[in-house]
Amino acid sequence: MRKIPFLLAMILTTGFAVRGQGALRVVTSLQDFASIAEAIGGDRVDAVALAKGYQDPHFVDAKPSFIVKLSRADLLIAAGLELEIGYLPPLIDQSRNEKIHPGSPGYLDASAGCDILNRPTEVVTRAMGDVHPYGNPHYWTDPENGRVIARSIAAKLADLDPAGKAAYEKNLAAFEAKLTAKEAEWGAKMAPYAGTKVVTFHDSWPNFAKRYKLDIVGHVEPKPGIPPSPSHTLEIINLISAQKVPLILVEPYFDIKTPAYIADKTGATLVTFYPSVGGIPEIRDYFDLFDRNVDAFVKAATGKGRQ
Amino acid sequence: MRNARVLAAGLLAGLLVTAAALAQDTPPSAATPTPTPTPAAAPAASQTSNYFNPSVSVIGNFLAVGGTNNVENLPSANLRESELGLQAIVDPYARADFFISIGEQNDISVEEGYLTFTSLPANLLVKVGRMRVAFGKINTLHLHVLPWPDEPLTVVNLLGGEEGWIGTGISAAKLIPLPGDLFSELTVQIFRGDSEGLFVAPQRSDLAYNGHYRVFADLSDATNLDLGASYGVGPNGTSGDAKTKLGGVDATFRWKPLRQGTYRSVILRGELFRSQREQPGGTQTATGWFVSGEYQLAKRWWVGVRGEAAQHVAEAAIKDTGTAATLTFWPSEFSQLRAEFRQRRYGGPNVASAGTYTANEVLLQLQFAIGAHGAHPF
Repeated sequence: MRKIPFLLAMILTTGFAVRGQGALRVVTSLQDFASIAEAIGGDRVDAVALAKGYQDPHFVDAKPSFIVKLSRADLLIAAGLELEIGYLPPLIDQSRNEKIHPGSPGYLDASAGCDILNRPTEVVTRAMGDVHPYGNPHYWTDPENGRVIARSIAAKLADLDPAGKAAYEKNLAAFEAKLTAKEAEWGAKMAPYAGTKVVTFHDSWPNFAKRYKLDIVGHVEPKPGIPPSPSHTLEIINLISAQKVPLILVEPYFDIKTPAYIADKTGATLVTFYPSVGGIPEIRDYFDLFDRNVDAFVKAATGKGRQ
Repeated sequence: MRNARVLAAGLLAGLLVTAAALAQDTPPSAATPTPTPTPAAAPAASQTSNYFNPSVSVIGNFLAVGGTNNVENLPSANLRESELGLQAIVDPYARADFFISIGEQNDISVEEGYLTFTSLPANLLVKVGRMRVAFGKINTLHLHVLPWPDEPLTVVNLLGGEEGWIGTGISAAKLIPLPGDLFSELTVQIFRGDSEGLFVAPQRSDLAYNGHYRVFADLSDATNLDLGASYGVGPNGTSGDAKTKLGGVDATFRWKPLRQGTYRSVILRGELFRSQREQPGGTQTATGWFVSGEYQLAKRWWVGVRGEAAQHVAEAAIKDTGTAATLTFWPSEFSQLRAEFRQRRYGGPNVASAGTYTANEVLLQLQFAIGAHGAHPF
């Protein structure tokens, strides 16, 4: 017993390790933000994402190993709009890192300034499923939102690391120039398919659809977060047949069984659509993400014509 | 006297740390206010007046029981608990969490109510108030996040009953750096010396202590291992300074392939407790354990099994054992339906003759949550 105060003193005085002057440590919820932060930060930042690009971003486990990453972070970039509500708040509380609490300089809500869709215009209840009362949180699927995110990250990095301001601005300019060129390429590839009707599994694609003028006519999920039901599946089959919907887009982390059944019954083509960087190893950065999805869309839609 | 000194040292340490944190000149400022998105149709006036209200949630826990059990005679139907959660950030330095447990009638208690200092230096996290004690893993969990509708015998027999060990005092948890992303945390807790069914503190200077060390390792993207060791001690009131000493180890293994993470997963867990109770006639040493496995076979379906055994702390010759199987269905994230088929074999004074009394029961549980979206249990 006599040793307890001594032990307490020992515990209290260890761990004041001086943080190294190395790269700025950036932790992001999604690999998409880590990819953009790497593009803007270059050698000056060390970016790591908590969620993998191939997992459902709504259901990430609050693993204690994430607490270790967050405890060392200089900057936390989150999607916001309550996408991370199931795991990030308790991790931040346990991080012992006041720099990254919401409202602190080391916290960046990437949704700020972005074009956010599906903001509820009526009172929301959970009878609607797992709705996000602040709007659809899958906004980075519009490359113009990617531009906004890149600008926010560049400004934030310059705030935290003024010595790197010029480097961040230079990298941002390069990122934006490449994005502009790529947007022209993606736009040209997608233009012939403007107005194409699609069914998606989850409501992950309103921003992508708005950018490329796709018409999302239904979802395989009856309501957000609720798995397919037989009656709703039948409705979707009828909808696809009646409106001659050519494509069903499915995120890689959903069970393919029901969409495959619907495709089989209707003749629609199933396309795996990747919402995030890292969805497959070939999607290494934010540009790869659109390259992959746009090419997959064009390949599947070719010959099916516009509807 | 020793105890008084220890508490004084603990409180002093807590004060020093808090003061150090408050003395840091820049509290998290609103230097970079991000435009707070608001629901488009939000009526502005009523929203702003509610702005700083805590997040409110209520979790209902309904239990129906069939079969016969003369030892643990649960009611046929019971709204066993309505748990009111009130949670908010207090100021730039701390947050507060209240969990009020309400029974059916004249039965309300603060299951937990504590302040957490989240901005302390030296990788410290300090909690002050009433809290579930970090002894093992199951004891820290609220009833509604357990993988069964009932507490295992380990908790019931060795930690003072269904409620487990809840303490009022101070807790300090520190991250102990290990290589890589290995999570390692040491928790030291000092509590008032009484806890229902477990500790009795005739004098103010009788205190209870707990220490817990936890290591968590990602074995791969899909698997991880969570290990813990606990040691607790407190007065049991049987004589002047008689103590009960508790030791425990816990292990949890999880498998969850991330790509199909919402459809398939496995959790294997187990805990082993030992209680040494000093009492007239000598020290009674009792042990208890459970092992449990849960398998998720579809997005909303789980099956599980549990084995358990625990001696009685005051008379270790008496031992209860049990086996159970569960089937769980989640209509959504906010409701849960669970059936448990349970056999418990009780020893000791409850049994008329030598041998054991066997009870076969079915427990049907319905849980439902309204209000703020809490974090998913992990």
